[in-house]
Amino acid sequence: MNEQVKVDVRWNESGIEIKPLYTAEDVAATRIEEAGIPDGVGLPGQYPFTRGIHDMMYRKRPWTMRQYTGFGNAEDTNKRFKYLIETGNTGLNVAFDLPTQCGFDSDDPMAAGEVGRVGMAIDTLKDMEIAFEGIDIENVTVSLTINGTAAIMIAMYLAMAEKRGFDLKKMRGTCQNDILKEYVGRGTWIYPVDPSVRLVADTMEYCASEAPLYSPVSVCGYHIRESGATPVEEMAYGFCIARAYFDQVLKRGLDIDDFAYRMSFNFNIFGQLFEQICKFRAGRRLWAKIVKNEFGARNPKSMWLRMIAGGGGSGLTIEQPENNIVRGSYYALISALSGAQTVALCCYDEAYTIPSEKAQRISTRTMQILIEEMGMTDTVDPLAGSHYVETLTNQMESEMVRIMKEVDDDGGILKLISEGKIQSHVSKQAHDHQKDLEDGSFRKVGVNCFEIEQEDHAVEMHPYKREDADKQVERLNKVKADRDDAAVTLALDNLRAAANGSDNMMPAIMEAVKAYASVGEMNAVLVDVFGKYKEPVIF
Amino acid sequence: MNAQTKKIKILIAKPGLDGHDVGAKVVVRALIEAGFEVIYTGLRKSPEEIALAARDADVDVIGLSILSGSHLPICHDMKSEIEKYQLASKVWVIGGNIPKEDHDALLEIGVEGVFNTGSKLDDIIAFIREKVGERAS
Repeated sequence: MNEQVKVDVRWNESGIEIKPLYTAEDVAATRIEEAGIPDGVGLPGQYPFTRGIHDMMYRKRPWTMRQYTGFGNAEDTNKRFKYLIETGNTGLNVAFDLPTQCGFDSDDPMAAGEVGRVGMAIDTLKDMEIAFEGIDIENVTVSLTINGTAAIMIAMYLAMAEKRGFDLKKMRGTCQNDILKEYVGRGTWIYPVDPSVRLVADTMEYCASEAPLYSPVSVCGYHIRESGATPVEEMAYGFCIARAYFDQVLKRGLDIDDFAYRMSFNFNIFGQLFEQICKFRAGRRLWAKIVKNEFGARNPKSMWLRMIAGGGGSGLTIEQPENNIVRGSYYALISALSGAQTVALCCYDEAYTIPSEKAQRISTRTMQILIEEMGMTDTVDPLAGSHYVETLTNQMESEMVRIMKEVDDDGGILKLISEGKIQSHVSKQAHDHQKDLEDGSFRKVGVNCFEIEQEDHAVEMHPYKREDADKQVERLNKVKADRDDAAVTLALDNLRAAANGSDNMMPAIMEAVKAYASVGEMNAVLVDVFGKYKEPVIF
Repeated sequence: MNAQTKKIKILIAKPGLDGHDVGAKVVVRALIEAGFEVIYTGLRKSPEEIALAARDADVDVIGLSILSGSHLPICHDMKSEIEKYQLASKVWVIGGNIPKEDHDALLEIGVEGVFNTGSKLDDIIAFIREKVGERAS
């Protein structure tokens, strides 16, 4: 008897059908040929880097553990930074409050109630100095999660490092500074699209010469995924955005190998385990091909998809929050199997509040358990050669290529984002997903199956202290009283002139920052010249 | 069943600086699909801008989406604007990351429905139908 077993049809979130069994035939049938790449995959540390950007990967050095944190004023955040370093974090990932992200000083009426709430408040260089006091920023690399005012924050960070005697030529670190994705999700845009992209290109051009090891941009598929994109769309849109920044910098006469090697990426890790792992392997290979074949890079480092994998906020649930610890450990496993350079793992209480010290420690320990107990750093890309993994990697890459072509055919990413088309597309998917969650066709433990009566105080809430905000305003006033007003006025005039012209604005921003001009003052000049973004609302 | 001759009109707004708009947009789509007329303000609106939009469009419902944790100060300000522009007859609801311990304080300010992250779209729709129905009758 040869009775065929009937199985249900299944798809992953990227819309690829998942078969019950894979064999070598599937790998061969989906292989994407390119001359010079043995078996289409290659070796770690070699083009096209499917298996990792370094030859030894974690065997040489585990991923950087960089938990996302920041709240209150600079002193509060400095304390939490030191706590995280003490618990074993090897990098810092700075959260800023919304006024800082949107360009308002702490004493602005628009900042009322928001100062220091979801991140650290920064008004002037003084705050940056306090936040990193006593922290060895040459060995603990710092990532600044900021976009709308990123050029100002990069300038403040570099000015702070310079004041402390560090050589900018050796200064490492990353800024998020991916404004295009802010229009799709996260929403801390300020200026219209064109001047915003110009500012991003200014930071890339400036860092290429002044701080060549600093990564001024980390392109985020992450938030586009959170906004409703599928895993393949997350990568494809991210790559389209990265290409758009590259185009801007190339127009200024730089060579691709002058700056592409500092491009960094930020991707999400919630979802199905194998789909996520294959997303990273496929994305790494595709990005290498794009930079080599489309942009003509010769330096292999320019082709690296250097990335922070992390978060996973959308995968967490309000229901039975302890289950989020379990989800977090699978997400960390996904990162470790994906070859991420840095991991910032979500915390179990995130659906409720800013993570507590305890929740941060659990997330750090989760990664340390993988490193110390589970053997996750012993061998490079251990899933390579699996029929399923290689097939799905091929299929995910083909899907990404298809989506990128679709974007190009529709007029390119700048146009689609400016018109709100990408926003509308992903928000429709978010809505469909919500309906699938509610009717149970997308299973979520504790949400639509295995539910229990909810406890009332499942997590400890992060306290918001008004006094911290008041202290922040006091310090701003003191800085303003102590600084040389004439120097500030001159620097702001120079910034206005730079913005009105076509020169790189970074030197003028550096000058203003060093004169202790505030974020709000610099932003006001730029809003005056560029205007404000008007959000297209289409459903 | 209360036969609605006129479509229920709803304003969904994002007050403050919070940029998390996934939920607000999901709710907008669900409300449109449920047959309501919906206006979405987009991000970063002041309570006064929201009140003016509600007055000018003569909506039945004002819905705020707040995930930054600043729901209490924002709703206090919103309350003043609602009084100033005589919008007390509107049904006022909020959604987002709102800790349970703040629900009573919000209801006291004048919010009628609080829909936490994880709320069901059908519950939001049913609540709005019921409350607007009560006002009409």
